Amino acid sequence: MMPVLSMERAGCRYGSPPRQVVALDDVSLTVQAGEMLAVMGPSGSGKSTLLLLAGGLTRPTSGRVVLADSDLGTLGETDLSLVLRRRVGFVFQNASLLAALTAAENVSLPLELDGMRPRSAMAAARALLSSLGLDEVANRLPAQMSGGQQQRVAVARAVIGGRSLILADEPTGALDSLGGESVMQLLRAQSDDGCAVVLVTHNIRQAAWADRILYLHDGRLVDEVHPPAGPESLLSRERV
Amino acid sequence: MSIRYSLLAILDAGPRHGYALKSEFEAATGSVWPLNVGQVYSTLSRLERDGLVLVAEEADGQKMYRISDAGRRELRQWFGTPVVREVVPRQELAIKLVFAMRAGPEQVRDVVQHQLVATMASVQEFTKLKAAAERDGDLAWLMMIDAFIFQAEAEARWLELCEARLARARSQSGPAAAIAQEAGAARDVERTP
Repeated sequence: MMPVLSMERAGCRYGSPPRQVVALDDVSLTVQAGEMLAVMGPSGSGKSTLLLLAGGLTRPTSGRVVLADSDLGTLGETDLSLVLRRRVGFVFQNASLLAALTAAENVSLPLELDGMRPRSAMAAARALLSSLGLDEVANRLPAQMSGGQQQRVAVARAVIGGRSLILADEPTGALDSLGGESVMQLLRAQSDDGCAVVLVTHNIRQAAWADRILYLHDGRLVDEVHPPAGPESLLSRERV
Repeated sequence: MSIRYSLLAILDAGPRHGYALKSEFEAATGSVWPLNVGQVYSTLSRLERDGLVLVAEEADGQKMYRISDAGRRELRQWFGTPVVREVVPRQELAIKLVFAMRAGPEQVRDVVQHQLVATMASVQEFTKLKAAAERDGDLAWLMMIDAFIFQAEAEARWLELCEARLARARSQSGPAAAIAQEAGAARDVERTP
């Protein structure tokens, strides 16, 4: 199966020698449909740069970043923005919903920008919010929602239109534990439904929702954590 | 000790036979704390001696245990008393790190990285169990798993801090000064494990 996202020895350097900064160095990875990947590492390790490359917001200075079958490093601007708009959804630390629009309007916006008629876009947005258990907030403005609700709406906005890749940068950073968990559950559900998810976080509780966890250090991948074999090996529980 | 109070808490919901107490205790704690039957009966006889449970022998010779009013008061008092943290916990990891400091920063990074990966894998596993507990609507078990997750997270955050301190010590001063600072940091860790 072709991966949704692949990085082949991708690197990103800012400036030129001798004052060059290596933000990402020789990173290779693939993310399949239905897979959730977490990227961890200390500040300055290159986590955010990795996400910028994966989302086509920065071009690699070496190696390749391939989204489905498009090489993001060589696509022209118009094609790049089309590929990103149709295939990639972003979730940032602060929900970044438009304050003057309701949840449903925020979620329908990407479809309208892609040329769908407003009525159809709105119907699709409402249907999606409903399927994600967010009916009750569909007509609310961001200011009328909790932080967790806003972030779940941001996840809905990221997946609308059947996008195949969600890139999330500290999506629960501003939330309390329970609010954060509700967002992670929703991201996990999107992944289980076939979406590829790349999550950048410094929080191991959030990273633990992923199928694989990569560790970055000084711009390089240094470790990879897979789930232990057999989910019941650490704790077993006999039912009464 | 909490076996005593846990048995009282189970009996607070209704009378039980000794064996049922054992299996309910283990079910509630996820077998994290296995009990043998001997421990259950010795604890029950102390509870009986102290007047906290009442025992009735049934026709078939089995004993039925019931909580007394004094037992209920004791249980409420337990719920209302904070758990005292161990003053000097035996933390193998802290001790390992202290000695790795002596071997040099490379060794510390090695310890930190290996431990982080192992801790992370456990949190991943706990998180899978949590999703299952959530589906089953098992709130008590869910909160217990949360406790394991937060403990593991605390350990991981401490490890990351250790790593960041090392990096800062290296960048703020030359190699010689960094080693001296790391030795100082090692002593700090020894003082407050």
